[in-house]
Amino acid sequence: MVNMAKAVYIHIPFCEQICHYCDFNKFLIEGQPVDDYLNAMENETKRLIKEHPFENITSIYIGGGTPTALNEKQLERMLHIVQQSFQPDLSKVEYTVEANPAVTDRGKLGILKKAGVNRLSIGVQAFQDDLLKALNRTHRSADVIKMIETAQQYGLEDLSIDLMFGLPGQTLEMFQDSVQKALHLNVPHISAYSLQIEKQTVFFNRQRSGKLPLPGEDLEADMFEYLIKSMKLNGYTQYEVSNFGREGYESKHNLVYWNNDEYYGIGAGAHGYLSQNRYQNVKPLPHYIRKIKNGELPLREQTHLTKDERMEEEVFLGLRKMEGVSKETFYRKFSIELEDVFSEQIRKLVQRELIISTSESIRLTERGTFLGNEVFQEFIGLD
Amino acid sequence: MDKKDRLDRQSRIRNFSIIAHIDHGKSTLADRILEKTSALTHREMKEQMLDAMDLERERGITIKLNAVQLTYQAKDGQEYIFHLIDTPGHVDFTYEVSRSLAACEGALLIVDAAQGIEAQTLANVYLALENDLEILPVINKIDLPSAEPERVRKEVEDVIGLDASEAVLASAKSGIGIEEILEQIVEKVPPPQGDPEAPLKALIFDSLYDPYRGVVAYIRVTEGTVKVGQNIKMMATGKEFEVNELGVFTPKPVMKDELTVGDVGFLTASIKNVGDTRVGDTVTSAKGGATEPLPGYRRMNPMVYCGLYPVDSAKYNDLREALERLELNDSSLQYEPETSQALGFGFRCGFLGLLHMEIIQERIEREFAIDLITTAPSVIYHVYLTKGDHLVVDNPSNMPDPQLIDYVEEPYVKASIMTPNDYVGAVMEICQKKRGNFITMEYLDDIRVNVIYEIPLSEIVYDFFDQLKSSTKGYASLDYELIGYRQSKLVKMDILLNAEKIDALSVIVHRDFAHDRGKAVVEKLKELIPRHQFEIPIQAAIGTKFVARSNIKALRKNVLAKCYGGDISRKRKLLEKQKEGKKRMKTVGNVEVPQEAFMSVLRMDSDD
Repeated sequence: MVNMAKAVYIHIPFCEQICHYCDFNKFLIEGQPVDDYLNAMENETKRLIKEHPFENITSIYIGGGTPTALNEKQLERMLHIVQQSFQPDLSKVEYTVEANPAVTDRGKLGILKKAGVNRLSIGVQAFQDDLLKALNRTHRSADVIKMIETAQQYGLEDLSIDLMFGLPGQTLEMFQDSVQKALHLNVPHISAYSLQIEKQTVFFNRQRSGKLPLPGEDLEADMFEYLIKSMKLNGYTQYEVSNFGREGYESKHNLVYWNNDEYYGIGAGAHGYLSQNRYQNVKPLPHYIRKIKNGELPLREQTHLTKDERMEEEVFLGLRKMEGVSKETFYRKFSIELEDVFSEQIRKLVQRELIISTSESIRLTERGTFLGNEVFQEFIGLD
Repeated sequence: MDKKDRLDRQSRIRNFSIIAHIDHGKSTLADRILEKTSALTHREMKEQMLDAMDLERERGITIKLNAVQLTYQAKDGQEYIFHLIDTPGHVDFTYEVSRSLAACEGALLIVDAAQGIEAQTLANVYLALENDLEILPVINKIDLPSAEPERVRKEVEDVIGLDASEAVLASAKSGIGIEEILEQIVEKVPPPQGDPEAPLKALIFDSLYDPYRGVVAYIRVTEGTVKVGQNIKMMATGKEFEVNELGVFTPKPVMKDELTVGDVGFLTASIKNVGDTRVGDTVTSAKGGATEPLPGYRRMNPMVYCGLYPVDSAKYNDLREALERLELNDSSLQYEPETSQALGFGFRCGFLGLLHMEIIQERIEREFAIDLITTAPSVIYHVYLTKGDHLVVDNPSNMPDPQLIDYVEEPYVKASIMTPNDYVGAVMEICQKKRGNFITMEYLDDIRVNVIYEIPLSEIVYDFFDQLKSSTKGYASLDYELIGYRQSKLVKMDILLNAEKIDALSVIVHRDFAHDRGKAVVEKLKELIPRHQFEIPIQAAIGTKFVARSNIKALRKNVLAKCYGGDISRKRKLLEKQKEGKKRMKTVGNVEVPQEAFMSVLRMDSDD
């Protein structure tokens, strides 16, 4: 069975300020060769499509960095590249742009709308200005409210808010307040991510020198518990560990990852999955631009997945979805029964009450949702 | 070669070793000597040539002794044959040091011009004096800004009682004073005495196992001559062999037809077992051999025992093979199979000391790729039962029930700790905490004090040395010797995880310290054992009485909930890492315990 890419991820690695927790590929926008970058990206896109043609794109996602840190002209050019390359059927395709409340003004929202963008993912993170400042975010909570109002005026209704928990100095009350404020904004989709300390971030260095007051596992678990409960109460379905949506508003793009489908990754430092290869592009802008000028693909590394690895990923990614891994889909993809590959793992995890196995699927229990890694790791290392 | 030639050659042989404290520059000086005697071209010379094993080089210490033959063109126009015999520089290996010193007529005593004499140096100087060696003091590192050569010269005279007026002022690093050292060796170290035609007597001062040639014995010939093809006998074991090869190291091995009085080299004779060539034994001829062996042979007995278990129980046989291979090279390593309820099949191993234990453990992990669980080291206890008989216990879990015990004896050592007087208080505090009895304190000069304590060996074997170093900014040095067994109020403390007694965590403690120790161990385990899906009580108990308790809370959240932007490879790596971490743990009952937890029962942190 030939897999074709179903989604597009485009990485815009520019920011006006760097957040203390962020380890994505990003650069301060000032003085960067943004136009050269967009040209290179256009080129890369053409090459990728030529080498890995698509049939039916269901989602386009422009992330960063901060895509909305581009100026209006650059933003228009970028959206034009997308339009020309993929010619999406905007009645069917989910077309998301990450929007930073500090820089996404009326003008830029107008441009997004006009280009057919139909979904915004808004990096809110928290509603306490002190906390936002401590994360080195550029926006304040008032910016969020204003931006959402403007977006809705433009008819952009499919909005998603990102929240974070487990932040240094964040109390349970602060997180509860953020969740309530997010609910109050009445957007159809909310994601909540827990902070991971990654290398080459300000937080990593602070932690190493013992100066990062993290809430700890118990408090983080309390936050997660509160989140799940509140979302349920307010009519949001938890369809994935970190993602909650009103009916019909689950993010198609997210599901591409968890369904183990293939996607283009475009831009410096972007990750993609095409023709059974997982790859990452080079990160520094000059390298990225030069490689494309030299007629090469700007790859930093790529790994061809074996069948075993694909089966493992089908399960450990799929289990992140609350509906779990479909046994039928598994068989259709790999011509072998899920149970024949992972019988021992499934038996043990069912016994530990971390997963439920039915005739249709395996999925996490409530406890398993909190201890997902304990489950996922059982499914790697087939030999 | 006739007798006259042999005697003439013998008069130009000089056998010596180098005595120095770690870091005082022994290896660097050895390198300089090798350069000056053109044993190697510079290109051939790796740094610190004498330390052959990787592990030795990494740790900067010498484990295996080596001997090299060098030729030196002296100022008197004659060519001399030098044998430089290297000695290990750690307290665990005192016996080996004494045997390699017995193979020499002289020793260079290297003293750091800034730091002066250390306890270990002193101990080795006494060994050298016992062996009647000519001692040539060398004050090294004189080019350091903090060097005080005159103070150190006086210290050598005051503390050791050696005439240091002709001590060479040297810097091995910058090549200062090397010629003078070599000339003094020629002048002052006596040539070997002995009759090349007398019955053979050769001292074995080390041996190693070579898979192609069998045991390679390092020998020093004291009387007579040994030849290829000759039948020889080991006097302590009575075993007989035919000599296959003789040779010297230059440091490359060079084959010889014979070795005679004063020669230091190697011998192979299709010997399958290192135990047949015990360090300190005398080699003689099978027929018409010597009647009296050379003095000083002693069978080495381990002082410290611990259990070694493979993390993956399927590797039990690999571990056995690893121990067999290491034993070929190291006759002081002892082991026998044992079984633990918690850890399964493993081995109880005996070592000369803690360093020896760590080295073996590291070699097994590194050279044989076996992940190990090491239980806390134990000494040998003599347990006297109420019924009248007595037991020797080297594993705490074998300690009988308290009601069966009349009394218990444990080994004591006399510890000499040399320290600047600023730290005497700190040193005494540690010794006191370690159940030491103060004996005396000697001022070596205005600054340096030798503090003598009698301390239970069990207190020394763990982190005594580390604590000593850290509370004296590294200045204190330690030497100790076993002085016998003494009665102590000792009890076995058991550790229970999830209400299950874990035999591998049992430890023998002094009754008066049991509560504090129990609390410390329980807290340490709480820190080391990761949270599980269920709550785990940890308890410390003496008999049926609990002395400490703590809980590891149940795992509540372990799920990647990060925004990963499609980076699936990263996710996979993180899961692999978590899974790998689990593999390195041992499942005991239903609790996964990390390797280091088993050692932690003896670790005393600063605040307990």
